[in-house]
Amino acid sequence: MTLLLQALINGLMTGALIAVPAIGFSAIFAVLRYPNFAIASYATIGAFAAWWANAVAGLPIIPALAIAFAVTGVVGVVAEETSLKRLRDNGALIVAIASIALNLVLENIVRFIFGNDMKGYDLPLARDLRFGELRIGPQQLQSLALSVVIMAAMFLFLRYTRFGKAMRAVADNPDLARLKGIDPARIAIVTVFLGAGLSGVGGVLIGLDTSIDPLTGYRVLLSVFAAAVLGGLGSIPGAVVGALALGIAEELALIAVPATYRTAVGFVAILIMLTFRPRGILGERAA
Amino acid sequence: MLSYVIFTLTLCGIYALLALSLNLIWGGVGLVNLGLAGFFAVGAYASAIATGAGAPVLIGWGAALVVGAVVGLVVTFATLRLRDDYLAIVTLGFAEVIRLVALNERWLTKGSDGISGIKAPLKAELGLQGFSIFYLGLVTLIVLVVWALLRRLDLSPYGRTMKAIREDQQLAAFAGKTVLRFKLQAFALSAAIAALSGALYAHFQSYISPDHFQPLITIYIFLAVTAGGVGRPSGAVLGAYLVVIFLEATRFATEWLPGLQPVQIAAMREMMIGVALILVLHLRPQGIMPERIPKAPRQPTPSA
Repeated sequence: MTLLLQALINGLMTGALIAVPAIGFSAIFAVLRYPNFAIASYATIGAFAAWWANAVAGLPIIPALAIAFAVTGVVGVVAEETSLKRLRDNGALIVAIASIALNLVLENIVRFIFGNDMKGYDLPLARDLRFGELRIGPQQLQSLALSVVIMAAMFLFLRYTRFGKAMRAVADNPDLARLKGIDPARIAIVTVFLGAGLSGVGGVLIGLDTSIDPLTGYRVLLSVFAAAVLGGLGSIPGAVVGALALGIAEELALIAVPATYRTAVGFVAILIMLTFRPRGILGERAA
Repeated sequence: MLSYVIFTLTLCGIYALLALSLNLIWGGVGLVNLGLAGFFAVGAYASAIATGAGAPVLIGWGAALVVGAVVGLVVTFATLRLRDDYLAIVTLGFAEVIRLVALNERWLTKGSDGISGIKAPLKAELGLQGFSIFYLGLVTLIVLVVWALLRRLDLSPYGRTMKAIREDQQLAAFAGKTVLRFKLQAFALSAAIAALSGALYAHFQSYISPDHFQPLITIYIFLAVTAGGVGRPSGAVLGAYLVVIFLEATRFATEWLPGLQPVQIAAMREMMIGVALILVLHLRPQGIMPERIPKAPRQPTPSA
């Protein structure tokens, strides 16, 4: 029983971290209608930007997160405008392929500057909190709190601001949105800034727990995809639900299979979901 | 120098098969397989394990073809009815899972140590140099045969149906074509060709490990097919040769740059691949050898 409860807690924690970049991926997918593989490199860039702010410049984690958000948001917009935007007319698959190439370029820029060595954040060491038999790391708890705050901010933004409403309108029906005077080019830029920024923040949150290297983002890419597909591609609440479900599924599966197969759990979960309920938990259309 | 040229040309042939595999599925029915490296690995391991257990090399290659096709069917079964982006995501995940299995199932794959001493056909009889030349000839011959078959397929009614599905699958379904069956068959055949390429690679290197099957290979092949011309087998083959030459050229070019760490040189080379792919997609998306759409045969005018 304790084992199950601990797995549940760990699953919710890792799920909440994956949810942040998954929201970024889903936002871009919902508005621009292509799966952006470059979010892996955005997560890596965010992780390194925050590492630089924290371990080199000596800032605490929260300002470092803000820096990571801004840096990856700008990188994302510049990358989108220079290398992906003109391909949008050629179909989602072409943009997706270009985003893989873009990912390779950005990942290697990070490698060129920082090398392949693992880097860790400068964090105070702290003992695990214990509740009876259950253990929770204070760092994990802080990351969880941060991701909840970020998600809440994102929902408030989408629900109440002009840009948020416009984004949802474009995601819902681009033609109708244009008729209402919403400029799709501006919405695209805002969406990419947010999506890339959130991926960057996600990279930091995931790196806080362990260490970072140029492949940090690529390693979580599959989990992000799995979360997005489980929740329903293009649905932002779905990305959160999918990420939490994935986190729990991973932790439960790890009771039975070796820990090295963690990423494989996401893959199996996608296959099962696509076989029985392709539109995902909260999604609308898949065919 | 000669052995370097032979080595590079053999690698060109192996990549050409992968490019033909991708072109069949992408240029054919318009699906993308981001897990090419995974199918490549499946074929390599299937043949290495089969021949390691005592089977002759030809049986090993046959096993690679069969296992590749079956795995292709399993991976795509759940996704082919859905939008194309789902398949892209699933195939990417598949390649990663294959790498995990190769790393962790030591009883089958020897884990990260890899499988060494894979049978090299006729190596004892021909000697080292003779074997390299013989193997280059064999790989080139297989590329030619597969190329000729796929070209023939392109011109057949089957090929026309595939391209109809690529252009508009609803219309193709409306015209009575069984879209799902065509997609499954095309994907299975494409996966089998990628697996065969992997088997050729395994017996060429005589050593394989999970590190040989990085996702980067998939990107090389995408660059090859896009640069050569999507939808044209000749373009795919040409593209593969060009990509290997380009890869070798970046090796020499980066050696000239002074004062860089090895990791920076490696990073520069990978960057160049990514930039090249983005540039091709922007500047010449139809490739060097654009697809030729044959004219529709003239209908005999009904005589009134």
